[in-house]
Amino acid sequence: MVSALSLTSQLAPAPTDWQAEVWRLLGEVNDPEIPILSIIDLGIVRYVRGASREALHVGLTPTYSGCPATEVIRRLVEEKLARAGFGRIVIETLLAPPWTSDWITPAARLKLAAYGIAPPVEAVSNPRRLFAAAPVGCPRCKSTKTRLISEFGSTPCKAHYMCAECLEPFDYFKCI
Amino acid sequence: MSASAASAPSEDARLRYVLRLADTSLILGQRLAEWVGHAPALEEDLGLANIALDLIGQARLLLSYAAELEGRGRTEDELAFLRDAPQFLNLTLVEQPNGDFGRTLVRQLLVSAFQLELYEALKTCADARLAEIAAKALKETRYHVRYSASWVVRLGDGTAQSHARVQDALDELWPFTGELFAEDDVDAAMVAAGIAPRAAAVQARWSARIDAVLTEATLSRPADSVFPWHGKGGVHTEHLGYMLAEMQFLQRAYPGAEW
Repeated sequence: MVSALSLTSQLAPAPTDWQAEVWRLLGEVNDPEIPILSIIDLGIVRYVRGASREALHVGLTPTYSGCPATEVIRRLVEEKLARAGFGRIVIETLLAPPWTSDWITPAARLKLAAYGIAPPVEAVSNPRRLFAAAPVGCPRCKSTKTRLISEFGSTPCKAHYMCAECLEPFDYFKCI
Repeated sequence: MSASAASAPSEDARLRYVLRLADTSLILGQRLAEWVGHAPALEEDLGLANIALDLIGQARLLLSYAAELEGRGRTEDELAFLRDAPQFLNLTLVEQPNGDFGRTLVRQLLVSAFQLELYEALKTCADARLAEIAAKALKETRYHVRYSASWVVRLGDGTAQSHARVQDALDELWPFTGELFAEDDVDAAMVAAGIAPRAAAVQARWSARIDAVLTEATLSRPADSVFPWHGKGGVHTEHLGYMLAEMQFLQRAYPGAEW
Protein backbone atom coordinates (compact mmCIF):
# COMPACT_ATOMS: atom_id res chain seq x y z
CA MET A 1 0.00 0.00 0.00
CA VAL A 2 3.02 2.24 0.24
CA SER A 3 2.97 2.66 -3.53
CA ALA A 4 -0.72 3.57 -3.45
CA LEU A 5 -0.10 6.33 -0.95
CA SER A 6 2.91 7.72 -2.76
CA LEU A 7 0.98 7.80 -6.03
CA THR A 8 -1.90 9.52 -4.30
CA SER A 9 0.41 12.23 -3.09
CA GLN A 10 1.87 12.65 -6.58
CA LEU A 11 -1.33 12.80 -8.52
CA ALA A 12 -3.80 14.34 -6.10
CA PRO A 13 -2.00 16.64 -3.67
CA ALA A 14 -4.78 16.85 -1.09
CA PRO A 15 -6.73 13.61 -1.22
CA THR A 16 -10.01 13.54 0.56
CA ASP A 17 -10.70 10.61 2.83
CA TRP A 18 -12.80 8.86 0.25
CA GLN A 19 -10.18 9.34 -2.45
CA ALA A 20 -7.56 7.77 -0.22
CA GLU A 21 -9.97 4.91 0.33
CA VAL A 22 -10.40 4.47 -3.42
CA TRP A 23 -6.63 4.31 -3.92
CA ARG A 24 -6.37 1.78 -1.11
CA LEU A 25 -9.11 -0.37 -2.70
CA LEU A 26 -7.53 -0.12 -6.15
CA GLY A 27 -4.33 -1.42 -4.60
CA GLU A 28 -6.27 -4.60 -3.88
CA VAL A 29 -7.35 -5.09 -7.50
CA ASN A 30 -4.88 -7.45 -9.11
CA ASP A 31 -3.98 -7.80 -12.74
CA PRO A 32 -5.80 -10.91 -14.02
CA GLU A 33 -2.79 -12.13 -15.99
CA ILE A 34 -0.06 -11.31 -13.45
CA PRO A 35 -1.99 -11.72 -10.22
CA ILE A 36 0.92 -10.83 -7.94
CA LEU A 37 0.73 -7.24 -9.20
CA SER A 38 -2.02 -4.78 -8.40
CA ILE A 39 -3.17 -2.32 -11.01
CA ILE A 40 -1.37 0.38 -9.00
CA ASP A 41 1.89 -1.63 -9.09
CA LEU A 42 1.51 -1.70 -12.89
CA GLY A 43 0.99 2.05 -13.07
CA ILE A 44 -2.24 1.83 -15.05
CA VAL A 45 -4.40 3.88 -12.64
CA ARG A 46 -4.00 7.47 -13.81
CA TYR A 47 -6.36 9.36 -11.54
CA VAL A 48 -9.27 9.26 -9.11
CA ARG A 49 -11.51 12.30 -9.34
CA GLY A 50 -15.00 13.37 -8.47
CA ALA A 51 -17.19 15.49 -6.29
CA SER A 52 -18.09 12.81 -3.80
CA ARG A 53 -18.21 9.10 -3.24
CA GLU A 54 -21.51 9.14 -5.10
CA ALA A 55 -19.97 10.40 -8.35
CA LEU A 56 -16.41 9.43 -9.05
CA HIS A 57 -14.22 9.01 -12.08
CA VAL A 58 -11.33 6.58 -12.31
CA GLY A 59 -8.85 6.98 -15.18
CA LEU A 60 -7.24 3.77 -16.43
CA THR A 61 -4.77 3.31 -19.26
CA PRO A 62 -4.26 0.03 -21.16
CA THR A 63 -0.79 -1.51 -21.25
CA TYR A 64 -1.22 -2.71 -24.86
CA SER A 65 -3.98 -1.61 -27.29
CA GLY A 66 -5.29 -5.13 -27.63
CA CYS A 67 -4.67 -6.40 -24.10
CA PRO A 68 -7.65 -8.62 -23.26
CA ALA A 69 -7.18 -7.91 -19.55
CA THR A 70 -8.29 -4.29 -20.02
CA GLU A 71 -12.01 -5.17 -20.05
CA VAL A 72 -11.65 -7.52 -17.10
CA ILE A 73 -9.83 -4.85 -15.09
CA ARG A 74 -12.60 -2.33 -15.75
CA ARG A 75 -15.13 -4.77 -14.39
CA LEU A 76 -12.98 -5.66 -11.38
CA VAL A 77 -12.60 -1.98 -10.49
CA GLU A 78 -16.33 -1.30 -10.81
CA GLU A 79 -17.14 -4.33 -8.73
CA LYS A 80 -14.60 -3.50 -6.03
CA LEU A 81 -15.78 0.08 -5.60
CA ALA A 82 -19.47 -0.79 -5.81
CA ARG A 83 -19.03 -3.39 -3.11
CA ALA A 84 -17.34 -0.80 -0.88
CA GLY A 85 -20.44 1.37 -1.20
CA PHE A 86 -19.32 3.87 -3.81
CA GLY A 87 -22.04 5.30 -6.02
CA ARG A 88 -21.97 6.15 -9.71
CA ILE A 89 -18.55 5.04 -10.93
CA VAL A 90 -17.31 6.22 -14.32
CA ILE A 91 -14.23 4.47 -15.66
CA GLU A 92 -12.40 6.52 -18.26
CA THR A 93 -9.87 4.95 -20.60
CA LEU A 94 -6.90 7.16 -21.41
CA LEU A 95 -4.44 6.62 -24.22
CA ALA A 96 -2.24 9.66 -23.73
CA PRO A 97 0.38 9.67 -22.48
CA PRO A 98 0.78 6.04 -23.56
CA TRP A 99 1.57 3.54 -20.81
CA THR A 100 5.21 2.63 -20.45
CA SER A 101 6.87 -0.14 -18.48
CA ASP A 102 8.79 2.65 -16.69
CA TRP A 103 5.60 3.19 -14.65
CA ILE A 104 5.90 -0.21 -13.01
CA THR A 105 6.82 0.67 -9.44
CA PRO A 106 10.19 -0.38 -7.93
CA ALA A 107 8.40 -2.56 -5.36
CA ALA A 108 6.50 -4.24 -8.18
CA ARG A 109 9.75 -5.02 -10.00
CA LEU A 110 10.94 -6.94 -6.95
CA LYS A 111 7.61 -8.79 -6.78
CA LEU A 112 7.89 -9.73 -10.45
CA ALA A 113 11.41 -11.13 -10.00
CA ALA A 114 10.35 -13.10 -6.92
CA TYR A 115 7.41 -14.50 -8.92
CA GLY A 116 9.76 -15.73 -11.69
CA ILE A 117 9.18 -12.98 -14.26
CA ALA A 118 12.26 -10.91 -15.13
CA PRO A 119 11.30 -7.22 -14.76
CA PRO A 120 11.98 -4.74 -17.58
CA VAL A 121 15.71 -4.05 -17.59
CA GLU A 122 15.95 -0.40 -18.45
CA ALA A 123 14.16 2.84 -19.09
CA VAL A 124 12.64 2.72 -22.52
CA SER A 125 11.28 4.65 -25.44
CA ASN A 126 14.52 4.72 -27.35
CA PRO A 127 13.77 2.69 -30.49
CA ARG A 128 17.45 1.96 -31.06
CA ARG A 129 17.48 0.18 -27.72
CA LEU A 130 15.24 -2.48 -29.20
CA PHE A 131 18.10 -3.73 -31.30
CA ALA A 132 20.84 -3.65 -28.65
CA ALA A 133 19.09 -4.14 -25.35
CA ALA A 134 20.84 -4.69 -22.02
CA PRO A 135 21.15 -8.34 -20.92
CA VAL A 136 18.16 -9.82 -19.13
CA GLY A 137 18.93 -11.58 -15.84
CA CYS A 138 17.45 -14.97 -15.01
CA PRO A 139 14.90 -14.45 -12.21
CA ARG A 140 15.87 -17.81 -10.67
CA CYS A 141 19.67 -18.05 -10.68
CA LYS A 142 20.44 -14.38 -11.52
CA SER A 143 22.75 -15.37 -14.37
CA THR A 144 22.86 -12.94 -17.28
CA LYS A 145 23.75 -15.76 -19.67
CA THR A 146 20.26 -15.83 -21.10
CA ARG A 147 18.88 -15.90 -24.59
CA LEU A 148 15.74 -14.68 -26.23
CA ILE A 149 13.51 -17.52 -27.41
CA SER A 150 10.67 -15.38 -28.70
CA GLU A 151 9.88 -11.69 -28.76
CA PHE A 152 6.36 -12.60 -27.65
CA GLY A 153 5.47 -14.73 -24.66
CA SER A 154 2.32 -15.84 -22.90
CA THR A 155 0.81 -12.34 -22.90
CA PRO A 156 1.42 -9.28 -25.11
CA CYS A 157 3.57 -7.64 -22.42
CA LYS A 158 6.03 -10.54 -22.05
CA ALA A 159 8.84 -12.07 -24.08
CA HIS A 160 10.11 -15.63 -23.71
CA TYR A 161 13.70 -16.25 -22.55
CA MET A 162 15.83 -19.18 -21.52
CA CYS A 163 18.69 -19.24 -19.03
CA ALA A 164 21.88 -20.91 -20.31
CA GLU A 165 23.12 -21.42 -16.73
CA CYS A 166 20.20 -23.12 -14.98
CA LEU A 167 18.45 -24.06 -18.26
CA GLU A 168 15.07 -22.80 -17.05
CA PRO A 169 12.79 -20.98 -19.46
CA PHE A 170 11.28 -17.77 -18.08
CA ASP A 171 9.07 -14.80 -18.97
CA TYR A 172 10.53 -11.34 -19.35
CA PHE A 173 8.36 -8.25 -18.92
CA LYS A 174 9.19 -6.24 -22.04
CA CYS A 175 10.27 -2.62 -22.09
CA ILE A 176 7.73 -0.59 -23.95
CA MET B 1 -5.78 22.26 -52.19
CA SER B 2 -5.20 25.51 -50.40
CA ALA B 3 -1.60 26.45 -49.71
CA SER B 4 -2.40 27.02 -46.04
CA ALA B 5 -0.57 24.59 -43.77
CA ALA B 6 -3.64 23.98 -41.66
CA SER B 7 -6.71 24.00 -43.85
CA ALA B 8 -9.24 21.67 -42.25
CA PRO B 9 -9.92 18.60 -44.35
CA SER B 10 -13.51 17.74 -45.18
CA GLU B 11 -15.02 15.43 -42.59
CA ASP B 12 -15.37 12.81 -45.31
CA ALA B 13 -11.64 12.87 -46.07
CA ARG B 14 -10.82 12.53 -42.38
CA LEU B 15 -13.23 9.65 -41.96
CA ARG B 16 -11.86 7.83 -45.00
CA TYR B 17 -8.29 8.35 -43.83
CA VAL B 18 -9.04 6.94 -40.37
CA LEU B 19 -10.90 3.99 -41.90
CA ARG B 20 -7.89 3.20 -44.08
CA LEU B 21 -5.67 2.98 -41.02
CA ALA B 22 -8.29 1.02 -39.07
CA ASP B 23 -9.09 -1.46 -41.82
CA THR B 24 -5.42 -2.06 -42.61
CA SER B 25 -4.82 -3.06 -38.98
CA LEU B 26 -8.04 -5.06 -38.70
CA ILE B 27 -7.57 -7.09 -41.89
CA LEU B 28 -3.91 -7.80 -41.19
CA GLY B 29 -4.81 -8.81 -37.61
CA GLN B 30 -7.50 -11.17 -38.91
CA ARG B 31 -5.08 -12.68 -41.44
CA LEU B 32 -2.45 -13.30 -38.77
CA ALA B 33 -5.04 -14.89 -36.51
CA GLU B 34 -5.44 -17.62 -39.16
CA TRP B 35 -2.06 -18.90 -37.96
CA VAL B 36 -3.28 -19.67 -34.45
CA GLY B 37 -2.69 -23.37 -33.88
CA HIS B 38 -0.80 -23.76 -37.17
CA ALA B 39 2.54 -21.96 -36.77
CA PRO B 40 5.77 -23.96 -37.11
CA ALA B 41 6.54 -23.71 -33.37
CA LEU B 42 4.63 -22.74 -30.25
CA GLU B 43 6.72 -19.58 -29.75
CA GLU B 44 5.90 -18.36 -33.25
CA ASP B 45 2.25 -19.25 -32.79
CA LEU B 46 2.23 -16.99 -29.73
CA GLY B 47 4.22 -14.34 -31.54
CA LEU B 48 1.83 -14.12 -34.48
CA ALA B 49 -1.20 -14.22 -32.17
CA ASN B 50 0.24 -11.39 -30.07
CA ILE B 51 0.86 -9.23 -33.12
CA ALA B 52 -2.69 -9.98 -34.29
CA LEU B 53 -3.96 -8.90 -30.88
CA ASP B 54 -2.03 -5.61 -31.03
CA LEU B 55 -3.36 -4.91 -34.52
CA ILE B 56 -6.96 -5.68 -33.61
CA GLY B 57 -6.59 -3.49 -30.51
CA GLN B 58 -5.32 -0.63 -32.68
CA ALA B 59 -8.16 -1.25 -35.13
CA ARG B 60 -10.70 -0.97 -32.30
CA LEU B 61 -9.33 2.42 -31.23
CA LEU B 62 -9.36 3.66 -34.82
CA LEU B 63 -12.79 2.23 -35.65
CA SER B 64 -14.29 3.83 -32.54
CA TYR B 65 -12.91 7.15 -33.72
CA ALA B 66 -14.23 6.52 -37.25
CA ALA B 67 -17.66 5.72 -35.84
CA GLU B 68 -17.68 9.05 -33.99
CA LEU B 69 -16.56 10.94 -37.08
CA GLU B 70 -19.24 9.26 -39.13
CA GLY B 71 -21.85 10.33 -36.60
CA ARG B 72 -24.50 7.87 -37.73
CA GLY B 73 -24.68 5.99 -34.47
CA ARG B 74 -22.75 2.97 -35.76
CA THR B 75 -20.35 1.25 -33.36
CA GLU B 76 -16.84 -0.13 -33.93
CA ASP B 77 -18.37 -3.62 -34.10
CA GLU B 78 -20.88 -2.60 -36.76
CA LEU B 79 -18.10 -1.09 -38.83
CA ALA B 80 -16.02 -4.26 -38.51
CA PHE B 81 -18.75 -6.83 -39.01
CA LEU B 82 -21.45 -5.24 -41.13
CA ARG B 83 -19.62 -3.53 -43.98
CA ASP B 84 -19.07 -5.36 -47.24
CA ALA B 85 -15.77 -5.53 -49.14
CA PRO B 86 -16.17 -2.31 -51.21
CA GLN B 87 -16.63 -0.35 -47.97
CA PHE B 88 -13.35 -1.64 -46.55
CA LEU B 89 -10.48 0.76 -47.21
CA ASN B 90 -7.46 -1.35 -46.22
CA LEU B 91 -4.28 -1.56 -48.25
CA THR B 92 -4.50 -4.38 -50.78
CA LEU B 93 -1.26 -5.86 -49.44
CA VAL B 94 -2.73 -6.84 -46.06
CA GLU B 95 -5.59 -8.93 -47.50
CA GLN B 96 -3.18 -11.14 -49.47
CA PRO B 97 -3.24 -14.76 -48.26
CA ASN B 98 -0.71 -15.89 -45.65
CA GLY B 99 1.04 -18.45 -47.84
CA ASP B 100 3.84 -20.11 -45.90
CA PHE B 101 5.40 -18.79 -42.69
CA GLY B 102 8.10 -16.92 -44.65
CA ARG B 103 5.60 -15.17 -46.87
CA THR B 104 3.55 -14.11 -43.84
CA LEU B 105 6.66 -12.58 -42.26
CA VAL B 106 7.69 -10.80 -45.48
CA ARG B 107 4.21 -9.23 -45.69
CA GLN B 108 4.44 -8.33 -42.01
CA LEU B 109 7.79 -6.61 -42.42
CA LEU B 110 6.59 -4.58 -45.42
CA VAL B 111 3.47 -3.42 -43.56
CA SER B 112 4.94 -2.98 -40.07
CA ALA B 113 7.85 -0.90 -41.37
CA PHE B 114 5.28 1.29 -43.15
CA GLN B 115 3.09 1.64 -40.06
CA LEU B 116 6.17 2.46 -37.99
CA GLU B 117 7.01 5.50 -40.14
CA LEU B 118 3.37 6.52 -40.41
CA TYR B 119 2.69 6.37 -36.66
CA GLU B 120 5.98 8.12 -35.96
CA ALA B 121 4.73 11.05 -38.05
CA LEU B 122 1.10 10.90 -36.85
CA LYS B 123 2.00 10.95 -33.17
CA THR B 124 2.65 14.70 -33.44
CA CYS B 125 -0.03 15.47 -36.03
CA ALA B 126 -2.76 18.12 -35.89
CA ASP B 127 -5.50 15.60 -35.09
CA ALA B 128 -5.17 15.04 -31.33
CA ARG B 129 -7.17 11.81 -31.26
CA LEU B 130 -5.17 10.28 -34.08
CA ALA B 131 -1.95 11.47 -32.44
CA GLU B 132 -2.66 9.64 -29.20
CA ILE B 133 -3.65 6.42 -30.96
CA ALA B 134 -0.48 6.63 -33.09
CA ALA B 135 1.73 7.17 -30.02
CA LYS B 136 0.23 4.06 -28.44
CA ALA B 137 0.43 1.94 -31.59
CA LEU B 138 3.98 3.03 -32.34
CA LYS B 139 5.38 1.29 -29.28
CA GLU B 140 3.75 -1.97 -30.31
CA THR B 141 4.72 -1.62 -33.96
CA ARG B 142 8.42 -1.40 -33.06
CA TYR B 143 8.17 -4.96 -31.79
CA HIS B 144 6.37 -6.08 -34.95
CA VAL B 145 9.18 -4.68 -37.10
CA ARG B 146 11.83 -6.24 -34.93
CA TYR B 147 10.12 -9.63 -34.94
CA SER B 148 9.38 -9.75 -38.66
CA ALA B 149 12.80 -8.36 -39.64
CA SER B 150 14.59 -10.98 -37.54
CA TRP B 151 12.67 -13.78 -39.28
CA VAL B 152 13.19 -12.37 -42.76
CA VAL B 153 16.94 -12.25 -42.04
CA ARG B 154 16.98 -15.77 -40.61
CA LEU B 155 15.08 -17.24 -43.55
CA GLY B 156 16.71 -15.14 -46.26
CA ASP B 157 20.20 -15.85 -44.96
CA GLY B 158 19.26 -19.44 -44.13
CA THR B 159 19.20 -22.50 -46.36
CA ALA B 160 18.93 -22.46 -50.14
CA GLN B 161 15.33 -23.59 -49.72
CA SER B 162 14.33 -20.90 -47.19
CA HIS B 163 16.15 -18.23 -49.20
CA ALA B 164 14.34 -19.17 -52.41
CA ARG B 165 10.96 -19.19 -50.69
CA VAL B 166 11.22 -15.78 -49.04
CA GLN B 167 12.68 -14.28 -52.23
CA ASP B 168 9.65 -15.62 -54.13
CA ALA B 169 7.34 -14.16 -51.51
CA LEU B 170 9.09 -10.82 -51.73
CA ASP B 171 8.84 -10.81 -55.54
CA GLU B 172 5.13 -11.61 -55.37
CA LEU B 173 4.24 -9.10 -52.67
CA TRP B 174 6.47 -6.23 -53.74
CA PRO B 175 4.13 -4.87 -56.46
CA PHE B 176 1.49 -4.25 -53.76
CA THR B 177 3.80 -1.85 -51.93
CA GLY B 178 3.25 0.77 -54.65
CA GLU B 179 -0.13 1.52 -53.09
CA LEU B 180 1.48 2.43 -49.75
CA PHE B 181 3.01 5.55 -51.22
CA ALA B 182 0.47 6.61 -53.83
CA GLU B 183 -1.22 9.80 -52.63
CA ASP B 184 -4.80 10.33 -53.71
CA ASP B 185 -7.31 13.12 -52.89
CA VAL B 186 -7.91 11.86 -49.37
CA ASP B 187 -4.19 11.75 -48.58
CA ALA B 188 -3.63 15.16 -50.16
CA ALA B 189 -6.39 16.71 -48.05
CA MET B 190 -4.91 15.19 -44.91
CA VAL B 191 -1.40 16.36 -45.80
CA ALA B 192 -2.72 19.87 -46.40
CA ALA B 193 -4.40 19.81 -42.99
CA GLY B 194 -1.11 19.01 -41.28
CA ILE B 195 -2.33 15.54 -40.30
CA ALA B 196 -0.83 13.01 -42.70
CA PRO B 197 2.88 13.04 -43.58
CA ARG B 198 3.95 13.32 -47.21
CA ALA B 199 4.05 9.91 -48.84
CA ALA B 200 7.47 10.61 -50.32
CA ALA B 201 8.96 11.28 -46.87
CA VAL B 202 7.47 8.08 -45.47
CA GLN B 203 8.66 6.15 -48.51
CA ALA B 204 12.26 7.32 -48.15
CA ARG B 205 12.49 6.18 -44.53
CA TRP B 206 10.61 2.93 -45.21
CA SER B 207 12.84 2.18 -48.15
CA ALA B 208 16.04 2.70 -46.17
CA ARG B 209 14.85 0.38 -43.40
CA ILE B 210 13.69 -2.31 -45.82
CA ASP B 211 16.95 -2.12 -47.77
CA ALA B 212 18.96 -2.63 -44.59
CA VAL B 213 16.95 -5.75 -43.70
CA LEU B 214 17.07 -7.17 -47.23
CA THR B 215 20.83 -6.70 -47.41
CA GLU B 216 21.33 -8.55 -44.14
CA ALA B 217 18.94 -11.22 -45.37
CA THR B 218 20.89 -11.55 -48.67
CA LEU B 219 17.64 -10.93 -50.55
CA SER B 220 17.36 -8.78 -53.64
CA ARG B 221 14.97 -5.89 -53.77
CA PRO B 222 12.51 -6.30 -56.64
CA ALA B 223 12.06 -3.48 -59.13
CA ASP B 224 9.12 -1.14 -58.54
CA SER B 225 6.27 -1.72 -60.93
CA VAL B 226 2.98 -0.16 -61.90
CA PHE B 227 0.27 -1.38 -59.56
CA PRO B 228 -3.35 -1.76 -60.56
CA TRP B 229 -4.71 -2.18 -57.02
CA HIS B 230 -6.59 0.36 -54.97
CA GLY B 231 -7.73 -1.25 -51.73
CA LYS B 232 -7.75 2.06 -49.91
CA GLY B 233 -10.28 3.24 -52.49
CA GLY B 234 -12.46 0.18 -51.81
CA VAL B 235 -11.36 -1.81 -54.86
CA HIS B 236 -10.04 -5.13 -53.61
CA THR B 237 -8.59 -8.42 -54.78
CA GLU B 238 -10.96 -11.39 -54.54
CA HIS B 239 -9.25 -12.53 -51.33
CA LEU B 240 -10.97 -9.97 -49.12
CA GLY B 241 -14.50 -11.25 -49.77
CA TYR B 242 -13.64 -14.78 -48.62
CA MET B 243 -11.96 -13.40 -45.55
CA LEU B 244 -14.92 -11.26 -44.60
CA ALA B 245 -17.28 -14.18 -45.15
CA GLU B 246 -15.47 -15.99 -42.35
CA MET B 247 -14.82 -12.98 -40.13
CA GLN B 248 -18.38 -11.66 -40.33
CA PHE B 249 -20.32 -14.93 -40.42
CA LEU B 250 -21.46 -14.87 -36.82
CA GLN B 251 -22.78 -11.29 -36.84
CA ARG B 252 -24.48 -11.86 -40.19
CA ALA B 253 -26.14 -15.09 -39.09
CA TYR B 254 -26.99 -13.93 -35.55
CA PRO B 255 -27.25 -10.15 -35.72
CA GLY B 256 -26.34 -8.43 -32.49
CA ALA B 257 -24.99 -11.60 -30.85
CA GLU B 258 -22.76 -10.87 -27.85
CA TRP B 259 -20.72 -13.01 -25.52
